[in-house]
Amino acid sequence: MRFKDVFSIIGPDMIGPSSSHTAGAVRIGLAARQLFGRLPQRAELYLYGSFAETYQGHGTDVALAAGLLGWGTDNERIPEALAAAEELGVELVFIPSQGIVGIDDFDVRFSASFPTMVITHSDRVGMLAEITSCFSQNGVNIGSMDVDRRSRSGEALTVIEADSSFPEELVQAILEIKADLSIRILDLS
Amino acid sequence: MRFSHLHELTALCLKEGKPIHQLMAEEQAQESGRTLKQETDKMHSYYLVMKDAVKRGLTRDTLSRSGLTGNDAKRAMALIEVQSSLLGPIAGKALAYALSVSEVNASMGRIIATPTAGSCGVIPGVFLSVQEHFGWSDDRMTEGLFTAGALGYVIANRSFVSGAEGGCQAEIGSAVAMAAGALTELRGGTPEQAVHAVGLALKNSLGLICDPVGGLVEIPCIVRNGFGAVSAITASEMAIAGIRSVIPSDEVIGAMLEVGGGMPDKYRETAKGGLAATPTGTRIMQELYGKGKSSRVKSETETKQPVAGEGDLK
Repeated sequence: MRFKDVFSIIGPDMIGPSSSHTAGAVRIGLAARQLFGRLPQRAELYLYGSFAETYQGHGTDVALAAGLLGWGTDNERIPEALAAAEELGVELVFIPSQGIVGIDDFDVRFSASFPTMVITHSDRVGMLAEITSCFSQNGVNIGSMDVDRRSRSGEALTVIEADSSFPEELVQAILEIKADLSIRILDLS
Repeated sequence: MRFSHLHELTALCLKEGKPIHQLMAEEQAQESGRTLKQETDKMHSYYLVMKDAVKRGLTRDTLSRSGLTGNDAKRAMALIEVQSSLLGPIAGKALAYALSVSEVNASMGRIIATPTAGSCGVIPGVFLSVQEHFGWSDDRMTEGLFTAGALGYVIANRSFVSGAEGGCQAEIGSAVAMAAGALTELRGGTPEQAVHAVGLALKNSLGLICDPVGGLVEIPCIVRNGFGAVSAITASEMAIAGIRSVIPSDEVIGAMLEVGGGMPDKYRETAKGGLAATPTGTRIMQELYGKGKSSRVKSETETKQPVAGEGDLK
């Protein structure tokens, strides 16, 4: 089932005019901010397809800015987000473009609809088994998973979408697997 | 969820002796792991946002960011106030309220996507109008939203609810079907009657293309929300009167999937066909994106009349 609950039909609570090009853009901005970890000083925003063609009319620009500022889809200040970003000294560049990039140039896909853990680690035998066993030991169910690596035995990026948020013990357990491993958490729920 | 078709939904309701809204609220709590009260409270808060949007669109300036649309809801409301509305107060207000919410959406105001932002006016339009007429409580209307959500859940998963995927039939059509079914249950109709209302409503929008001028959620989206609210009342009237959808509603949903799948790309929110490709639609598109990066349109109509409604653009 693509739509899993009643609030994916009635909802979201949002600022118009478009679920995809406005509310969706706020969520993309929020996801980028959470992955980055803080408010960026400068961001280049690449717009693809219909986002490139109609972003101004849909307020996609202000919506992306609002997300980067950490605002939610229902924040009534969204129309003023570009001005607010400027006041905070954030430089935003909108670039109509083609093609899709992932995270840190890793080709990974995720929906940001669920609590999401982004793990950077080295690619070696058993790594994923250890990570997933931490999940099962902490009673967190994995909904979907995507992995990409730079090369065999090189750096890898694993994205895990879960059914519930991540307890601190789980994060700690995974961090203890290996010293060069790092975790970023994305949770828009 | 224990149902993926409408016939499964009605069978469950019959077996457990529950109305659609109750079954949906319970299924929702089961799915989310939150309490029934938490989920009901959330839906209740959504209804308050809808009410607020109706009020805003009737009292504040709703000129859109593009400058193409706005303030038509007030015109529709004025007709009711001077008592020259042929639709009468219930359908007439549903029309005005639906336009209102849709205009709030186009002017970057706060709405609830039901099921999408482009179709966000239909359900609030119908719900607020009938609530005022019957004096129903917000709690009762919240139940109605669960009914609408259950019907929309099936439509969305068996077919589609966005114009980009299935044309306007999927977007406005789904909203009308959801509103029609929910209104039928609110009025005391059985789950079976509510489901017939869905089929009856969907039949009337089959084939409707998504052809927004300039790709914006404005023309014709806003007026289609108004039409949609009135259609939903019509479908509910038929279902309450005992009229049935001879083609079962699940099959009508299947037909929508088939029609939408066969729709050329230019009729699926790409602004390349239909109204968007008319001489005026093309001119508006050029004015929007042709020169520089101005996000506001300086059309001839706008300079003549600052508050440009869709009717003024002909």
